Amino acid sequence: MRIYADNAATTKMSKTAIDAMLPYFDKIYGNPSSLNTTGQIAAEELSLARNKIASLIGAEAREIYFTSGGSEADNQAILSAAKNGLKKNKKHIVSTKFEHHAVLHTLKKLERQGFEITLVDVNEDGIVKAEDVAKAIREDTALVTVMFANNEIGTIQPIGEIGKICREKGVVFHTDAVQAAGHLKIDVNELQVDMLSVSAHKFHGPKGVGFLYCRRGVILSSLIEGGAQERNKRAGTENLAGVWGMCAAMSEAVENIDKNAEILLPLRQKLIDGLSQIPHSKINGDLKKRLPGNVNVCFEGIEGESLLLLLDEKGIEASSGSACTSGSLDPSHVLLSIGLPHDVAHGSLRLTITEENTEEEIDYIIKSVAEVVAYLREISPVWEELTTGKREFIL
Amino acid sequence: MLYSEKVMDHFKNPRNVGEIENADGIGEVGNVKCGDIMKIYIKVDNNIITDVKFKTFGCGSAIASSSMATEMIKGKSIDDALELTNRAVVEALDGLPTHKIHCSVLAEEAVKAAVKDYYDKNGIEYDKTKFCDGNCCHCDKHQSSEE
Repeated sequence: MRIYADNAATTKMSKTAIDAMLPYFDKIYGNPSSLNTTGQIAAEELSLARNKIASLIGAEAREIYFTSGGSEADNQAILSAAKNGLKKNKKHIVSTKFEHHAVLHTLKKLERQGFEITLVDVNEDGIVKAEDVAKAIREDTALVTVMFANNEIGTIQPIGEIGKICREKGVVFHTDAVQAAGHLKIDVNELQVDMLSVSAHKFHGPKGVGFLYCRRGVILSSLIEGGAQERNKRAGTENLAGVWGMCAAMSEAVENIDKNAEILLPLRQKLIDGLSQIPHSKINGDLKKRLPGNVNVCFEGIEGESLLLLLDEKGIEASSGSACTSGSLDPSHVLLSIGLPHDVAHGSLRLTITEENTEEEIDYIIKSVAEVVAYLREISPVWEELTTGKREFIL
Repeated sequence: MLYSEKVMDHFKNPRNVGEIENADGIGEVGNVKCGDIMKIYIKVDNNIITDVKFKTFGCGSAIASSSMATEMIKGKSIDDALELTNRAVVEALDGLPTHKIHCSVLAEEAVKAAVKDYYDKNGIEYDKTKFCDGNCCHCDKHQSSEE
């Protein structure tokens, strides 16, 4: 038995998405920029997909810019807003400590170029307070960028509240919605979002395609030069098959948000309840305001990578925020941002399930995690110190 | 695959796991903050390591490195054990990814720390500069030469 529980990393493509892509490889294969009939058919198809995708988030078609994925969309949004800010001598950006690296590394780059970055603290429950964002905004703030839902702990941020604050203060607001799109309802007008990044492979669409929503009136700069595609904002022949795969997957996901949540919430609860039974463990992030498929848990006295590998042996595929899995000495910046000490953050496990997972699978996951944690604790000198009183339990 | 078959074998079926009661030497290195702690217990008879056990908190390669290191010093003389290098552990494991080399360094230092403890307990003189302080967090002493 193999149980894939790493859907925040990527998802299996849906049959709907695969079928939607196929005609664009050998039937509607034209270049949308070509004036010949094949090209113009492709152009028409591209426009249809753009309309459909725009309608899924309450946007207009001309506000959708197709990209290679979420990272590109994040980069383009942030760098564009920074460039616009610079023209008005605004060199300050507000974000949070637990953004995805596509955001944090781009901000780091801007910092080296003279921008000032304020990273707002995240509360213990993994949720940023809108008033803290409001307090960080200054006269010279060019952009506020706060993720919609966190990729590790799944916590959902008060995007509507932050959107309202930014609108009132006249600051451009971007949200990285890579984990949220297809899983949570998104209406860019209701939420007063100016820019929003989406990646197709997080909701059963193909890899290598995503989009950036950019509100009319917000000036976008191009990251890639070389052609007039995407209204001059993104050169390169359009990935029409990918766009249609994304369009089909997102339509299906958005249509089924409530239905999927109905399946997922009891499964998530069962998983949380089961894993909480393991002594000296902690579920990370708010228990309710989180993505329906996300469970993130820490176990004291063990290290996450060995936990992952042994679970994989048992057929369970998950991920961890331990230092060993990140390739650095520090554990996940997300877990540290919610106040977990290094000792505990090393022993984290992320399970991200989908509506295809079953109750039996959840039972098997709980049983297996308990076994592996017990085994690793048995061979852990840290656990020995904890249980003999030489070291104090944190959890 | 991230790890060689050898690493996976020693990780999944670690040799010499456990503790030795009344061990002649115990060495603990690493730091929980960085995510790795190794503890090695040795039993010494007539300058020969007759038994060795370990406990490790850490990733797959840390567990595999400790397992391999204990296998490599079991039945050997103290002097031979002190000759064990992290490079030898890496080679015996058919390689480790670059960012995991520090796990083999931990294994080398854990063995040395156990011997040092044995020396200390028995009042044997030794060159202190040959032993580290056991806190591997952010120590890059061995990294550059290996990477």
